[in-house]
Amino acid sequence: MVMLEISNICKSYGSVSAVDNVTFSVNQGEIICILGPSGCGKTTLLRLVAGIDNADSGTVKFGGITISDLPSQLRGFGLMFQDLALFPHMNVFGNISFGLRMQGLKPSDIHTRVNKLLDLVEMSNYGNRKVHELSGGERQRVALARSLAPEPRLLMLDEPLASLDRALRETLQGQVRNILKEIGLTSLYVTHDRDEAFSMADRLVFMNQGKVIQIGTPEEVFYNPADEFVARSVGFKNIFRGIITRENNMLEISSPLGKLHPPAKEDISITHGTEVMFLIDEREIIIHNLDCSHEPNSTQLEGVVSEKVFRTGVYELKILAGDVQVSFLSTPTQNLDSIQSGDKVTVDIKPTAIRLISS
Amino acid sequence: MKIERLLILVLLSYLGVFFLYPLIAILHKSLYGDGAYNLGQFISLIGDPYYLGRIWFTTWQALVSTLFTLIIGLPAAFLFAKYEFPGKTLLKAATTLPFVMPTIVVAMGFLALFGHNGLFNTFLMNIFDLDYTPINIVNSLTVIFMAHAFYNYSIVVRIVSSLWANLDPSLEETAKMLGASSLKVFYHVTLPLLLPAIVSSALLCFAFCFTSFGVVLILGGAEFATLEVSIYELTAKLFRLPMAGALSVIQLAFTYLFLLLYARIQETSAIPINFKPRELTTRKNITVQDRLFIFGAVLIILSITSPLISLAIRTIFFEGVDSAAQISNLFSNERGSYFDLSPLKIVFNSLRFALCSVFISLALGTIASYSITKSSKRTKSVRDALFMLPLGVSAVTLGFGYIISLSNPPVDIRGSWIILVVAHSLVAYPFVIRSLLPVLQGISPNLRAAAMILGADPKRVFISIDLPLITPALIVGATFAFAVSMGEFGASLILVRPEFTTIPVAIFRYLGLPGAENLWNALAMSSLLMIVVAIGFIGIERFRYKDLGSF
Repeated sequence: MVMLEISNICKSYGSVSAVDNVTFSVNQGEIICILGPSGCGKTTLLRLVAGIDNADSGTVKFGGITISDLPSQLRGFGLMFQDLALFPHMNVFGNISFGLRMQGLKPSDIHTRVNKLLDLVEMSNYGNRKVHELSGGERQRVALARSLAPEPRLLMLDEPLASLDRALRETLQGQVRNILKEIGLTSLYVTHDRDEAFSMADRLVFMNQGKVIQIGTPEEVFYNPADEFVARSVGFKNIFRGIITRENNMLEISSPLGKLHPPAKEDISITHGTEVMFLIDEREIIIHNLDCSHEPNSTQLEGVVSEKVFRTGVYELKILAGDVQVSFLSTPTQNLDSIQSGDKVTVDIKPTAIRLISS
Repeated sequence: MKIERLLILVLLSYLGVFFLYPLIAILHKSLYGDGAYNLGQFISLIGDPYYLGRIWFTTWQALVSTLFTLIIGLPAAFLFAKYEFPGKTLLKAATTLPFVMPTIVVAMGFLALFGHNGLFNTFLMNIFDLDYTPINIVNSLTVIFMAHAFYNYSIVVRIVSSLWANLDPSLEETAKMLGASSLKVFYHVTLPLLLPAIVSSALLCFAFCFTSFGVVLILGGAEFATLEVSIYELTAKLFRLPMAGALSVIQLAFTYLFLLLYARIQETSAIPINFKPRELTTRKNITVQDRLFIFGAVLIILSITSPLISLAIRTIFFEGVDSAAQISNLFSNERGSYFDLSPLKIVFNSLRFALCSVFISLALGTIASYSITKSSKRTKSVRDALFMLPLGVSAVTLGFGYIISLSNPPVDIRGSWIILVVAHSLVAYPFVIRSLLPVLQGISPNLRAAAMILGADPKRVFISIDLPLITPALIVGATFAFAVSMGEFGASLILVRPEFTTIPVAIFRYLGLPGAENLWNALAMSSLLMIVVAIGFIGIERFRYKDLGSF
């Protein structure tokens, strides 16, 4: 069931368009991650949905009712700010109970609810702590508990884990997702971190320069990136342009790397002579020195290893083929001792490594 | 939205009637003569060597005073910025005291220390059995410079040390790594970074010395009159109002020039310097030289408070007057008091006016601060400067403006005590802005947004978020306003009616009366004022957010 519907929403500051005609919807209980570089309009979009800022045009509906003109205190949403915005003059209890006090709940009910939330974020007995006495991760959890306390209909989280170190961030990612799923809360989660987005989201919304570029599940986005921006955001490095040629009814791409054969499943309706963009999955490239298996229809390249980097368990090679650089990622079982920077290698590009980028 | 506009309208009308209108009246008075607007007053002023001399004297005494202040202020700034030592907080509070002391108390302190019967002379005469006073610096330039330095050096210390303490030490370390000697590091890195702070504190100091009134009037004697003193004399003694108007206009032009420069430097010095928390910038390894420096600097700072201490000592050990009896006399007897006004009544007057001024200043200052905070980046500095204007107008000028503008319809409050409260509130409310603004601008807008999303309407956001966060700053601002009003001298002297005499005015009157008892009354009143202000400021020290409460 669709809960949040954002339609054609626009917001500009002066001549800068921060949010440009954004449309998407969020289903009941779904976690949507909005992913994009800083300054792409993610935060502005959240503020528009929260009602802190007013959109120039477009509508926001929740549960079928237009809420564009509803003041934020009446929307019943929760927002966890990037800087957390914990009230410095209140202790943990005061912060978490704030929304409940605004609802005018009985003190005994507030106590019960706050204690429950403290248990949920694993911070029982922290009620009397001052905000500035808490560690980064603890503050994060208090902020989460505070936004959960009034039982919001929609929870928005603005890069809530951005300021934490990697290990803590990964622990909290799991915890936050579990908590949100447990309550079944409809959520908008903003981040610029790809791994975080992929581990949190039911669906991803890619934003760039105020516009939505692609919406889809992590798998959809990974296997069918809509354009170069999404492909690069997802982590692909081998992105090239080429021209479609058809010979003997076979689809080929003429590219700086030579003639390449995309997998047969790729859409064969593309006409001869069309310029396309494609990516080569760096994990699906074969280096002859390591692997002698030959795939039919693969393209062979001669190249020189220009860089060899060890990345936690796998090697990344940069291979210069002519004046084109291709990235290669080894598998954990491959032994790359025999290859050094400067070595000549022969590379096989399998059809399955090639993906046309839709645009 | 509506109530915000209404409040700003109230503020603007208040400034319009009680600030702008009197200034326009001064301008009118100085330009209008013989039935037409002309520059006659200015021409005769420039042709008069006496008044040309006043302008020249005012300028160079302010310059020398400023240099003197910098010389004693900069080492102290270094001390507070770089060293941790026992009693530092207390010492820091002690450096602030002179700045918040009423000028009349400062002047009385210097009299008590250096006067003919002052502590120094009494001490030296007793020790060496002299029959003359060895130190005769009262009514000399020396004592004026000293008093100005005493008064303003906390400005230098506060402004410079707060920047110095937070300068990223890695900047200096980098310069050292690149091969600069300590001296070169200071000259090429530290000094350029500190320069905006030094210059802006010097300008502020210069502006205050330029409009100095109480110190020069009491310590300088007839020979040394600043523009401010001349305006007072022209207004209150010679009744040459057009001439006073012309002189006021000239002084206003000068002070605005300084404040404009100050604002400019404040703006340009806002270039991002990497600030580091204090703990990282303090010197860890203390050498013998460091200890010597600390010792010397602390000694200078302590000696600076000596006028205040001697004021208290002089009051208690006053020859020829039984202090205890005199105190009971001060508070019970109507006799011996001036204009049939008991000292108790005078204290009561001051307290009453001060409380009213605090109330008005808080209201004006809060509205102005919110208006500045909420304005866009472009208009922010314009509004800030606009609301701070009253700080640039000297109190005597303001009082003079009131005399010529508020004593007949449409606004006639000349005979009422309200005129004093109005003058005090205008002089005091910029201090409320200065204590409130940094805190208000420091409140992350997300705090209010968070409260709103959690269901608080605008009124509750103000009550539950803003108010608790700004309360400490409001207390600091209120204390400043209270001290300013209690000690306000220039405007009060011009505006006061006998029945509304305040403590500073009474001190001045007692000084003008013959007899040991009157001198003691002046000393005792000064001590009382000093104690009230000191208690207030030591009391609020814990409410200060770092150094944000100062300029």
